[in-house]
Amino acid sequence: MSEHQLSAQPPGTTPAPPAADESARVEQVAREASGRTRRGGSSGGAARILGLVVALAAICVVGAVTSGSRFASLDNLTVIVSTASIIGVVSIGMTFVITAGGIDLSVGSVLGLSSVWATTVATQTMADQYGWIVMVGCALAVGLAAGLINGVLIAYGRVVGFIATLAMLVAARGLAELIAGRRTQLVNVDSFSSTFKGDLLGVPKIVWIFAVVAVAGWFVLNRTTFGRRTIAVGGNPEAARLAGIAVKRHTMYLYALCGLTAGIAGVMMLARTGAGSSTNGTLYELDAIAAVVVGGTLLAGGRGTIVGTVLGVLIFATLTNIFVQNNLDSSVQSVVKGAIIIAAVLLQQRFTTRTPRSGT
Amino acid sequence: MVTVDPQQPPLLQMRSIVKQFPGARALDGVDLDVVPGEVHCLLGQNGAGKSTLIKVLAGAHQPTEGEVLVDGEVVTIANPVAALRLGVATMYQELDVVAGLTVAENVFLGHELATAGVSRRREARRRTREILARLGHPEISPHHEVGSLPAAAQQIVSMARALSHDARVIVMDEPSAVLDSDEVENLFRVVRELTAAGVAIVYISHRMEEIRAIGDRITVLKDGRTVARDLPVASTPTRELIRLMTGRSVEYAFPEGTDLPADAPVVLDVAGLSLRGAFTDVTFQVRAGEIVGLAGLVGSGRSEILETVYGARRATTGTVEVAGRRLRPGQVQAAVRAGVGLAPEERKAQGLLLDEPVYRNITLSTFGRFAKGGMLDERAERRTAQEQAEALDLRPTGVDRAIRTLSGGNQQKAMLARWLVHGCRVLLLDEPTRGVDVGARAEIYALVRRLADEGAAVVVVSSEIPEVLGLSDRVLVVSDGRVVHQGPATAIDEHAVLDLVMEGSAA
Repeated sequence: MSEHQLSAQPPGTTPAPPAADESARVEQVAREASGRTRRGGSSGGAARILGLVVALAAICVVGAVTSGSRFASLDNLTVIVSTASIIGVVSIGMTFVITAGGIDLSVGSVLGLSSVWATTVATQTMADQYGWIVMVGCALAVGLAAGLINGVLIAYGRVVGFIATLAMLVAARGLAELIAGRRTQLVNVDSFSSTFKGDLLGVPKIVWIFAVVAVAGWFVLNRTTFGRRTIAVGGNPEAARLAGIAVKRHTMYLYALCGLTAGIAGVMMLARTGAGSSTNGTLYELDAIAAVVVGGTLLAGGRGTIVGTVLGVLIFATLTNIFVQNNLDSSVQSVVKGAIIIAAVLLQQRFTTRTPRSGT
Repeated sequence: MVTVDPQQPPLLQMRSIVKQFPGARALDGVDLDVVPGEVHCLLGQNGAGKSTLIKVLAGAHQPTEGEVLVDGEVVTIANPVAALRLGVATMYQELDVVAGLTVAENVFLGHELATAGVSRRREARRRTREILARLGHPEISPHHEVGSLPAAAQQIVSMARALSHDARVIVMDEPSAVLDSDEVENLFRVVRELTAAGVAIVYISHRMEEIRAIGDRITVLKDGRTVARDLPVASTPTRELIRLMTGRSVEYAFPEGTDLPADAPVVLDVAGLSLRGAFTDVTFQVRAGEIVGLAGLVGSGRSEILETVYGARRATTGTVEVAGRRLRPGQVQAAVRAGVGLAPEERKAQGLLLDEPVYRNITLSTFGRFAKGGMLDERAERRTAQEQAEALDLRPTGVDRAIRTLSGGNQQKAMLARWLVHGCRVLLLDEPTRGVDVGARAEIYALVRRLADEGAAVVVVSSEIPEVLGLSDRVLVVSDGRVVHQGPATAIDEHAVLDLVMEGSAA
């Protein structure tokens, strides 16, 4: 509006000095105001992401200072990203569930179960015959099935997500122990190892998997109807339902998706450790939830950010690495992690009170 | 009406109150004088600053400039507890009760009766019972869990809480919004008792007839300023008040109904619809271009009828047909696909994603159309939403802001825009003007009529009988879950509707 007034100024006239002052001030205010709207409107998430990047950079500086080249070497950075990959894939699935206002406590157990089921004698014998695809198919199927059971119970059985997935956490771990007989099952299918172990273009293959899952996750959450439904269901389930969105079906899909990512992580675990074990993925659910929340996804639902989740995962992986490099007690590590979760949430509440949205 | 002597010293004064928020000046010089024993009505459109003013009084906001005086002394209301200590209690428009606690626990929430930390529950219950009896609701037990009570009873609990403070000034923000007419009477009786005892009431309502019935003086706010103060209710014409509030002089302007062509097809056909515990054997038809109103008291089943037609509740028996095709019961998606849209009663809780941008709220039912193979074309989506927003004169313009920042009237327009984008054949409107100011009401009425003229079948539910009668072509009167009357809106008046409603509930 003030710009209109300014442009209405006939060209060639020289306004009296006070008026010029006034209009210049008005113009400046208008510019600031419009800038503010733009920032606040479309990229409330950008500031959050920037904060996470700064935090990650600061942690890296700490690592470089305390451990020097042991930290800042290409090898070590590869180690960090590899460690982050498995939790990372689980966290992508978790981001969807949490954005929709849910929670999945079973991902770690499901990861363990899928790694065990994919390495039983029966599965590996078949894999010898038909190739590694059998093991991968088995792991993904186990993850998807577990996620579907969660989803059906929560969406149609009206069991609270926390409880349904808590039950799955216990049950899947138990089933994995039964199947494995508490033994570690080594991967002895060569085609699996040759396909998933090692590097591609100098980067570990499991990191590639993480990258692909993360990019796909970003795309689905921000650019597809599936993602929009996820945000709507998390933001206001009743409004979503009354707008004609199939909230129950979508909820089921979300938990199935999360289970599937746990299955993918199971495959990655086999690639990394070379063994299926019922203890694989223990407590991963907590790491994943922590990464998602630190990343800026609202635990209450309605806002989710894949980029934030990836940064959250990297922050925790880097920290762990620094602690290992400095031979610090893992107990100290846990305390610091706890403090970081609280600090991140407090900071976010402080700086991002306006127009929370998805879009990063 | 209590006779008020405006010459007596004011109990509460607000002088040149300014409240600056980042980027917005919510209050820009508000003056308010309240004397003991009066009902002081605060009028203003949505966005005029009433809510902010209340929050300043309740200690939830600190004024940027200006002073508040109680008994002639300048006070600082630093927080809600300070407000209560000064004798200022507030009943918010949004229900502020804790669903999981009992009635007694809610009434004494924040000032629990306790000895050395041990709550005196028996005394709390006794005093709660007394207050509820005084409010004319002895049937509400202090033991009840508040979440299990109907909305109107929750409002009573909220009122009981305000009374439990022995306040000298009680601020009531649209207390009648969820009340029936007989409960409004009850409210008025309590208000009169309070004022007779010297308590001052600051009363906020959009309903002119209530202000006429109970108010003593009126202060009008517009754009954060007091534009008129201490107008006597008895001698100020409504027209004048509306002019002050809006800068325009329009009473509720209902658009002219157009004559329905004799061959207009039946679009919505509801037959023998029942929902156990809510309503029984509801049968009606709505033709293209027709607006049908459902009149009835809160709890008569009228909202449930709409929600069941929409599939948000599953009917026990009966059928709903849209353009000759039967809808699957209990399936909202089936209804939406068939071209039915609902603007729900609780806009914020049931209709909107408050933190999402306006355009995403407008396209919440249709975003799938802007996608190919699941991939969204947000540019096309935004453009469509923008076109609707402009057509409906949505303010402020710009569809990227969070819808939370819009006024009630504009949020309602966004709800209607959602169904305009969808292209509805049947539009179900539950309390379309709740929380909507006078100016925006007229726009919404005109919009609803336009939609009907374009061939939609519209069903309107409203607590305000004049609204139902003014807006509709045909009226169904609902009482105790039964349709007790059907007929042209012009053939019945407000009193006749009320008679029918009373008769029905007595039977």
